[in-house]
Amino acid sequence: MLRGLFKQKMTKKPVFYMLLFTGLILLVILIMQPLQILHFREKIAVLFPKGIIAIEERNLLFIIQILMLIIIIPVYILTFIFSWIYRADNPKGNYDPDIVDNRIAEYIWWGIPCVMVLIVSILTGIKTHELDPFKSIESKNKEMTIQVVALQWKWLFIYPEEGIASVNFVQFPESTPIRFEITADAPMNSFWIPHLGGQIYAMPKMKTVLNLIANEIGDFRGSSANISGEGFAGMTFVTRASTDDDYHQWVKSAKQSSNTLNLKEYNQLAAPSQNNPVETFQLKDLSLFDQIVNKYMHPHKE
Amino acid sequence: MFGRLTLDAFKHESSQNGAVFSMLFGAICLIGLISYLKRWKWLWNEWLTTVDPKRIGIMYIVVVLIMFLKGFGDAIMIRLQQAMSVGDSHGFLSSTHFQEVFSSHGTTMIFFVAMGAIFGLMNLIIPLQIGARDVAFPFLNALGFWLFASGAFLTIVSLTIGSFSTAGWLAYPPLSGIEYSPNEGIDYWIWAVQIAGVGSTLSGINFLVTILKMRCPGMTLMKMPIFTWSALCTMPLVVLAFPILTATLYMLTLDRYLGMHFFTVDGGGNYMMYVNLIWAWGHPEVYIIMLPMFGVFSEIVPTFSEKRLFGYVSMVWALIFIAFISFIVWLHHFFTMGASPTVNVFFAIMTMIIAIPTGVKIFNWLFTKFRGRVHFTSPMLWFFAFLLNFTFAGMTGILLSSPPVDFQVHNSLFLIAHFHGMAIGGVLFGFFAAFTYWFPKFTGFFLDETLNRYAFWCWLSGFLLAFMPLYMLGFMGATRRLDHYDASTGWHPLFVIVGIGAFIILIGATIQFFGLFWSIINRKKNWDHTGGDPWNGRTLEWSISSPPPIYNFAVIPTVDQLDPLWAIKRGEAPIPQKRYENIYLPINTPMGLYIGIFSLIFGFAMTWHIWWLAIVSFVSILVCVIIRLSGEDEHEIITVAQVKEIEAAHARRMKSYE
Repeated sequence: MLRGLFKQKMTKKPVFYMLLFTGLILLVILIMQPLQILHFREKIAVLFPKGIIAIEERNLLFIIQILMLIIIIPVYILTFIFSWIYRADNPKGNYDPDIVDNRIAEYIWWGIPCVMVLIVSILTGIKTHELDPFKSIESKNKEMTIQVVALQWKWLFIYPEEGIASVNFVQFPESTPIRFEITADAPMNSFWIPHLGGQIYAMPKMKTVLNLIANEIGDFRGSSANISGEGFAGMTFVTRASTDDDYHQWVKSAKQSSNTLNLKEYNQLAAPSQNNPVETFQLKDLSLFDQIVNKYMHPHKE
Repeated sequence: MFGRLTLDAFKHESSQNGAVFSMLFGAICLIGLISYLKRWKWLWNEWLTTVDPKRIGIMYIVVVLIMFLKGFGDAIMIRLQQAMSVGDSHGFLSSTHFQEVFSSHGTTMIFFVAMGAIFGLMNLIIPLQIGARDVAFPFLNALGFWLFASGAFLTIVSLTIGSFSTAGWLAYPPLSGIEYSPNEGIDYWIWAVQIAGVGSTLSGINFLVTILKMRCPGMTLMKMPIFTWSALCTMPLVVLAFPILTATLYMLTLDRYLGMHFFTVDGGGNYMMYVNLIWAWGHPEVYIIMLPMFGVFSEIVPTFSEKRLFGYVSMVWALIFIAFISFIVWLHHFFTMGASPTVNVFFAIMTMIIAIPTGVKIFNWLFTKFRGRVHFTSPMLWFFAFLLNFTFAGMTGILLSSPPVDFQVHNSLFLIAHFHGMAIGGVLFGFFAAFTYWFPKFTGFFLDETLNRYAFWCWLSGFLLAFMPLYMLGFMGATRRLDHYDASTGWHPLFVIVGIGAFIILIGATIQFFGLFWSIINRKKNWDHTGGDPWNGRTLEWSISSPPPIYNFAVIPTVDQLDPLWAIKRGEAPIPQKRYENIYLPINTPMGLYIGIFSLIFGFAMTWHIWWLAIVSFVSILVCVIIRLSGEDEHEIITVAQVKEIEAAHARRMKSYE
């Protein structure tokens, strides 16, 4: 029994209202989620993706979620049931303070999570290898390389095969595997197009690779996911997956752009700026990306 | 003369000026009040120079509450900015100021609220639970507190003089390097965290030794209360992990001050090493703040279910297991840095394995209620909310631990929702539960239960409103730390809901603070008439009077089983004999305070490159240490007669209640 101030009995009522109120909140959340999902369908990139990689990642998310719910739901139900049945003044709740050990029960709840984790681990192991961002995507179309440089505070996209470059805008044909080669000439950023697939860090002096593909035509939002300084919030870009023809049209117009990009002009571009508008360039120096990556690799001086 | 410190450092945006002035006003009022009440001598003798863990614990809690106000203010500013700053509107904070705010929020909440809370609780409860009169190293303990306090104070100084870090709470280089962050913000962060971190290491050593060496006769490891067990599992983490933090920060310091190249981009530095090192500390840190709260709930649930803890042995092994694994999962904080899939999978599986013992704990708590008599007092309400939120956040944690899923939600608001579910739903609710539960032990009166309940419902509904939409925002591609976003993203309505949630939490927190003052003012009404055991407790701390006498136990108890007080109440153990003896206690010393003050000055001087002051304060620290170490270990003696008198006074007080 409780003594002192809390001598007053906890009657049925408050416990009932407590459970009811909490249940109601949970219910509202449960109902809110599908409503949100219906309403914002197009905006919820991770759950309604447009690329094979992102779809695979989402499917894994759902599978793990369902497996986890097998444990979570009983826990929630037990929480509510035990709170109700074993409230202090319930005459029907058997009180037995000596139940403090039960080997079989404990085997069960060490065992079930073990099995769950084993399943999820195997699943994760297979999928992590399958969805390795460095791994090329198999497709009937030829792979295309786009080099990405995170700058202060904008994204530079270099098309070495086409001889063009662009800022805060990237376009490529749909259903074509894209190999993004990513570096930074700025603090660490993270390159993320949620509609197409997961992110990877953009880091100075390093080259990371992200293989993505767009299943359909559309404009997708891309951004930096890692804090990189003052203009970080404005580091967004448009990803346009278009038809082959549109893409070639765009490349053509970019090639006629009056702006050119070589190392010297790159250094001007790399100066810090915020909320940069979209720009396109003729690429004059095809090895620009490698030069940026190797910028800090000084030859050893004797 | 003043290094880099110029008058410009005192100029701020208007929103900050308000905070500065109200702080200064508060400080002046406080000083005036103490002078008016002529309490300086009392403050000095009873508090500032004390080495009594109970007093130090209370001072920890006071600092935690102050820092909580600061960190919470930051959170409100973040929420307000993000609810306002959409499309053409840019909110009320500049991007630099916003970045300062979230960096300060994270730093404050982890280093000065969560860490302070667990050390505060340990100081208060562990000596009482293991039947000890003191900790193993009373001076080291006081020193640990004063270093913690001076680190906390340095972050407050940064509000007034200059600016704070803009690089987030973990300050990844190269952003935190001298090239991209040349001003004093990062230096403030480095020194605040560094000083507090050294304090944590010292406190960790103290409690590790205390638990291992100071237990009362008969209390073997497997007869220890579960909160003490959680502390025993946490302290090795502190002792092993915090030196990593210290070393990492020193390397960053050398980079910034002496142009070295540990973590720079050029000169052969490797900033990825920093990310590894900081998380090699950072992940154990997550469990350093979480494990003691598992301990707290494992004390509260049995007490309010009128049962013993279900599966004690299982719980202990689960704790040990978690502590062990927590050292080999750090890479899951950066799956996206481009490690090979095999490496990622190893760390993913290790992370998932942690879910097993955590799940076991949840079942053990649930089955502690089974066939119990559950009283839904406010600590139990916090447990109820904890269970719902923690389980949910744990599930999203499993999602995050799978690399392919992590690629899609890393650094998004999904991640934020996950770890706030752990940090608020777990650590903070745990702290509130512990605060309410043990409050009468150290004050002799209760917190106002009605107000506590109002606060609880505000917190629970506010929390769900403020963090559930974040999961959805993460799915919508919203990344963390954005001070502005486009209207076309469709995030705005959700951010407004989140802001409303934060406001409801604010109401809850206000009620709590009001409730604390209200309870203190009306303490006569809320007096604990049981004299020390209001909840029908099971462990040794409830066997003595509240507040505990200076020596804790007049007679050191002898224990032969788990839950000794419970056993006595059930007649399974004899009522202990009272044979008093002289009690030796360490005397007060101001050296901890002095070293804390000099550390604060040292940190400030280093931040502003005031070299002479740095040298002077550093030498002063060394001198203080030498003086302390070369002094005699003096004790104050409480004679048998005095003990008898104190115990008799308590007995008289008890009688007057009847």
